[in-house]
Formats: sequence, structure tokens, C-alpha cells
Amino acid sequence: MPKPFRPSVKLTENDVTDESVYRQRRQLLKSMGFIGASALLSSSATADWFWEDDDKKKQVLKPLSFSESSEFSTDEKLTPFEKATSYNNFYEFGTDKSDPADHAGELVTDPWTLKVDGLVEKPITLDAAALTSKFALEERIYRLRCVEAWSMVIPWIGFELASLLKAARPLSSARYVAVQTLYDPSQMPGQKSRFVGGGIDYPYVEGLRMDEAMHPLTLMAVGIYGKTLPTQNGAPIRLVTPWKYGFKSIKSIVRVTLTDKQPPTTWNRLAPQEYGFYANVNPAVAHPRWSQASERRITTGGLLSQDRIPTQPFNGYKEVASLYEGMDLRKWY
Amino acid sequence: MVLSRLLKKPFALSPKSVTGIKVAIHVAILFHIAALFYLGVTDNLGADPVKSLLHTTGNWAVNMLMITLLVSPVAKWIPFPGLMRFRRMLGIYSFVYALVHFATYCAFEIQFDWSLITSEIVKRPYITVGFTALLMLLALTVTSPNAIRRRLGARWQSLHNSIYLIGILALLHYTWSQKTLFGDSLFYWAILAVLLVIRRDRLISIVTPGRQRQRKRPTI
Repeated sequence: MPKPFRPSVKLTENDVTDESVYRQRRQLLKSMGFIGASALLSSSATADWFWEDDDKKKQVLKPLSFSESSEFSTDEKLTPFEKATSYNNFYEFGTDKSDPADHAGELVTDPWTLKVDGLVEKPITLDAAALTSKFALEERIYRLRCVEAWSMVIPWIGFELASLLKAARPLSSARYVAVQTLYDPSQMPGQKSRFVGGGIDYPYVEGLRMDEAMHPLTLMAVGIYGKTLPTQNGAPIRLVTPWKYGFKSIKSIVRVTLTDKQPPTTWNRLAPQEYGFYANVNPAVAHPRWSQASERRITTGGLLSQDRIPTQPFNGYKEVASLYEGMDLRKWY
Repeated sequence: MVLSRLLKKPFALSPKSVTGIKVAIHVAILFHIAALFYLGVTDNLGADPVKSLLHTTGNWAVNMLMITLLVSPVAKWIPFPGLMRFRRMLGIYSFVYALVHFATYCAFEIQFDWSLITSEIVKRPYITVGFTALLMLLALTVTSPNAIRRRLGARWQSLHNSIYLIGILALLHYTWSQKTLFGDSLFYWAILAVLLVIRRDRLISIVTPGRQRQRKRPTI
């Protein structure tokens, strides 16, 4: 008579691999260093190879209509689309640069609600359609300088934050603008687990002084490379402050609040000695763990064509220098 | 039952299979490093090939270090004394990965700005500890041939005991280089902690040399 099967190890619901771990299996493998095979696969790639995975929902990027020429645009060599959309810091989706692209499509960006409130006469609520239709869009080709000493050149499409704020009619008592990313742990695995999200307190928050927010360089971007933003780049709407380190350019914004006090900012809260409120690009002030005097520009080409270039004060955007006249930028880093 | 009886008997390898396994390890690792550079040069190593190369070689230097530290406890548990014959080459490959990691940093990250390299090693504590670990691994590598080992006598063992300190320095370098504490490096700390706890008696005798003579157990 055959013996009845008795499992030697009793498994219960609790032993089921957590979904967040399961979803991360690739990252776990990658972090073990087995990059060879996946890198070989990507070599035959087309522009959107990272969306062809079974787990990854394809993102539909819609073409936008916008005016092209801008006095603020640089004519430097663009970072290719594939690089700008596969190398992102968006800890809500994991701390590895490839995590946000790997989880692209998991975030629902339509419907979406962006609120402008606080010290304003006329609070505004914009829905997903209004983000790309309420204000005239223009392309701005900006340098993006990360605090980690790499940089890219990216063609953003958006409108000035000033246009949005003016529409809400700020009160004279408004001195700062607080900006907040979506908080939704069911869509953002990093907000659910400290090990995915790097132990940051979510939601991610950023802030600007009123004059910084009203500066014409300060952009609310809804697209890149002619189309709507991919999730990994902060869809459906994000901030771009090109004279500040990248972490100021907060992604997937749901709320803009005008206040009379300096708002808390995420990285400053996590490590105040490393990241200041202002975070202006400044080659003279080193990060405690690396020099900021130069940067590596990520464009095309492999190992042998990597450029290390000197970093410019305010990332080369001299027009903002007047905002900080009389301030000791070593102290207010 | 059969398995446990099998495991009580020491494993043995013929000299031929030892050579075979060694050749396979050499080929696999050298292929891995060559493939990384090939993919890097042809721009197929992600958006930032420099960072990919740096992180992968750094990770593997630590992986090899952990594997090296795992050899003697595993050889004892199975038991499989023949495993010890692979330990030296695994340790040396930890150094090789660390050296490629540092060379990548100099050549591609800093791009041979020697004054910047020097000042970064001095000024940034996480680079200082990483560089120290590399120099110590170099010392262990150059003293690894049998002839030198014999010439150094008892001093060889005390020099090579620094592998535990190297493990700590390497992980300090890893954790410190991250922007946030919660990351992969925590897993490595857990592994190292286990490896050190297994050797607690031995480590105590290393830090309190007066008691070393009373030690009866053979050195592993």
C-alpha cells in the first residue's frame, strides 16, 4: 500500500514569499551581481527594451503639442531617451537606478489630482487632462546635475511653476512653496518596505522659497522627448529646478502648498549635514562623501568615451545668482 | 538516512578533479571580468557603464571575500578537507576584483586626475577604509605563495588573521558609500556576523594573544 504523502516541512500562509520580495526577485538576483546575461540581452535592444518584460506593463506615452524654442534651452548633446528613462532615482520604486524603470507602469497616473492650496486666494485642483492642457507647453532643454556627481541633458516639456501659482493667486503672506509626491504604498513598494525604499520617511516632500518658485527657470514638467513623462521620470507631473541638485526636482506631485514657513524637505530631514534646503549646485561645497567640483556627463558611448567635466556654479544657470545675493552659500548649502 | 551516513564520511577529490575545478573557476571569473569590460566599452552596461562596473566589481570582491571565509567552516562541517585547496585562489580573486574596482574608479570615474584621487582617498572616510582594505588584501596576496609562507613561519598566520579586519573594513566601505542605511550591505553584515560568530573562540585568542598557547584546536 502506498504511504500517504506527508510533507516533511509544514508550510502555512506565513511561509508564502511576500509579494514585494517576489516582485523584487530580479533585483535580488541583480544585486548578487549576475548582470552578465541580462546585459547581453539588452545589447540587441530597441528603445523600449525595459518594457518587454512579462511583469512590466507597457507604458503608453502620448505625443504632446508644445512650442520648441526657448531662450533657456542649452544646445549641449542630449542624453539618449533610453538612458534618461532607465537610470532614475525614485526611491518609492526601489533604491537601484534601474528599479523605477523596472516597475514602470505600476503607477496609475490617470486619474490624477494635483492640488494647489495653502496661502492662496483661489485654491486649484487639476485633473490628469488639465495637467497637459490648462497651460501652454514649451520645451526646455536643461542640464540635470545629480548630487551623486553625474549629469544628463534632458528635453523637458512643461510650463513654468509661476503660471500655476499665479493662477491660484498667492497671498502676500506666502513665502515658501511646499511640494509633495503621491503617498500610496499599494502602488509604491518603497513606501511599504524600508528595505525597498531606503528607509526614507514618505511621502517625499520638497520645497522652494517663493522667489525660487516664481523664477522662470522653474518648470513643472509633464513630458520629455516630445511625449508625456514615463512613470520612472515622475509622471504625470514633476518639478524641474535645473540650478539645484536633482533631488529637489520632486516627482509625481499631488500637492503644492504655499506657506509662510520653510517647509521640511526629505533628504535634508534624513541627513541634514549632507543635504541642505537650498541644494544649489556648487562646485565649491563638497558633499561629505564626494567632491562636487566635477561631474560625469552621461550621454552616448561606452566606458572609453565617458566625460568628466568641471561643475559650474548654479549648474551654469547664472541668472539665478541674484536670488542668493548676500547669502553665505557655504552655510546655506 | 543514507544521506546522513554519506555525509559522515569525508568527501575526497582526485587530484585531476581538483585541477579541473580550479581551471573552471579561473575561466568563469576571467570571463566575467572580460565580459564586463566588453559590455562597458560597447555601451551595453546600462545607462552609466562606469557605475555598473564599479558596483559589480565591488560586489564581487565582497562576495569572494565572504566565500573565502566560508571555506573552512564548510570543509569542517561536511566534512570535506579537500575544499581547503581552493581557499587561496578564492581569496586572491577577492583581491583581483577589488583591484579592478579601484582601477575602474581611477580610470573611468576620476579619469586619472591623480591629485583628486589622492585627496579623495585622504578626505573621504569611506574611501580611506576601502583603500586600506585593498592594501591589506594586497599584502595577503603577495605573501600567499608556499615559499613565502614557509619563510614567514608563525608570522604568516598572524598576518593572514587580518582577513577578518579586511571583511569589516570592506563592509564599512560598502555601507558608507550608500546614500541610505537600508540596502544590500545589511545582508552582507549579517553574513559576516555569522562567519565571525562561528570563529568566536579563535577571534578571542587573536585579540588576547596571552591565551594563544593554551589553544588546543588546530588552526583552520
